[in-house]
Amino acid sequence: MLQSKPLFKSTITHIVMIAASLLMLYPVFWWIGASLKDASEMGLATIWPKQPIWDNYIKGWHFSRDYTFATFFKNTLWMELWNVIGAIISSSLVAFGFARVKFAGSKLWFSILLLTMMLPGQVTLIPQYILYNRLELVDSYIPLVLPHFLGGGAFFVFLVVQFIRGIPRELDEAATIDGNSTFGIYYRIILPLIVPALVNVAIFTFIWSWDDFMSQILYLNSIHKYTVGLALRMFVDQFDIQWGQLLAMSLLSVLPSAVIFMFAQKYFVEGIATTGIKG
Amino acid sequence: MNKNNNIAGYLFISPWLLGFLLLSLWPILQSFYLSFTDYSLLEAPQWVGLDNYRGIFGDSLFYKSLAVTFTFVFVSVPLKLAFSLLVAMLLNGNLRGMNLYRTAFYFPSLIGGSIAVSVLWRNMFGMDGYVNKLLSWIGIEGIGWISHPDTALSTLILLNVWQFGSTMVIFLAGLKQIPRELYESANVDGANAFRRFFSITLPMLSPVMFFNLILGMINSFQMFTSAFIITKGGPANATYTYALFLYEKAFDQFQMGYASALAWILLIIIAVFTLINFMFSKHWVFYESEGR
Repeated sequence: MLQSKPLFKSTITHIVMIAASLLMLYPVFWWIGASLKDASEMGLATIWPKQPIWDNYIKGWHFSRDYTFATFFKNTLWMELWNVIGAIISSSLVAFGFARVKFAGSKLWFSILLLTMMLPGQVTLIPQYILYNRLELVDSYIPLVLPHFLGGGAFFVFLVVQFIRGIPRELDEAATIDGNSTFGIYYRIILPLIVPALVNVAIFTFIWSWDDFMSQILYLNSIHKYTVGLALRMFVDQFDIQWGQLLAMSLLSVLPSAVIFMFAQKYFVEGIATTGIKG
Repeated sequence: MNKNNNIAGYLFISPWLLGFLLLSLWPILQSFYLSFTDYSLLEAPQWVGLDNYRGIFGDSLFYKSLAVTFTFVFVSVPLKLAFSLLVAMLLNGNLRGMNLYRTAFYFPSLIGGSIAVSVLWRNMFGMDGYVNKLLSWIGIEGIGWISHPDTALSTLILLNVWQFGSTMVIFLAGLKQIPRELYESANVDGANAFRRFFSITLPMLSPVMFFNLILGMINSFQMFTSAFIITKGGPANATYTYALFLYEKAFDQFQMGYASALAWILLIIIAVFTLINFMFSKHWVFYESEGR
């Protein structure tokens, strides 16, 4: 189609794209540099400081008198481990039920599941808090972890259902003839095939619950149970903010998500795009 | 066989079903009941009839938080949609290095919702932040973007629009599914780029657009973290979002009944807007299966 001026056109597009990417990522680059700056250079738009202060990381790590960020990272990662396990188990089971088992009322329940995707969290927030409060589970990780074991979020169930629907039913039928039970089909046939979708579930569960600030601030009160996010909140609310140290710790706090993103990029972008939308 | 299937089906969906009944349905009903009481977490709830709702409709903070939230939704959602569609279309060609650009644009939406980025934003747009330094190079005298009532909300909107990457990725997937033949025959007919966009791209992409619009609106109505960390609702309540109002009523002042009424009003507002969207969608959303 394009033959005479493709070079010119694509060069222009590249220039626009590179400029736009730099503009988008500039705050991130600046952030990396700023984590090594002292107060006098903080307001500068330049990225790299004249004299990088690595001490920001050490002092930031120890900003709280009683705990270091090691505690906060350990807490968050521990919570995340259970969140991810819960989301994978429950979303694969529930999605298999909806996608492959014909049972009375399945259509109705599936529509309800889709409706709950649109339900604002604020409506259930207060009674949930009252419930956990009555069960004396406030100031524990259970209110944060439990929902992942109970369905793991309607969006993830939907995502995995879409994925399972793409797997030929002949596989199930052949397995039934071979004498597999329904659970056998789930466990031996479907589960190995939906690993890519479950990787997506794991990644997004990890990132979204890392950022789920409102639940964390509601349910965790003791500092020794704080997540990284809550620790940052405590840091930013100090009277005299040491910005270099604070930005250093903030940067560390997005590192896990960024690293996962680098490694699983292929799954990621293609995953949400194709499995999430088709159908 | 059939009965067996029923048992198996319900066993498989039981984790979700339990979660739905325990953590969604029952709380929804309870919050409806609580909205007619004066529950404070310490004492048993007392029935107060419509007092909470009357109180809310006479509360100037309610109107302020609604205005802030509506402004946020109606500015940031269209901006984000337009921006992500534009970039998705630029990326959709067989551009070399496309994956690299896609990563660059996607990355902010990956980390943007975190407390960490809110912290970063608070620094960048402060009086002494580097944004003002950049502006001074081109001769614009900076202000404290976050501490000024006229600009505080704009910085939060900018943070939201900065995270356009995930919407863009969904648009990209939609663009990939538009059959090439449509464009080729349009070229034969001599349609220009403008015409191709409005008669092919936009109609074919309308279901994806609709999906992004609905989810974008629902999410923006509940905006909390950035307003909480960056501006704390200030200055002069300029960024006092509805979710922040609800949070403070419930968990700072422990007016659980009042806050439950607020939650129900939010639910109704979101439901009405979603319904309006669905009604209008008949006029502009084009589903391929109907056309065939």
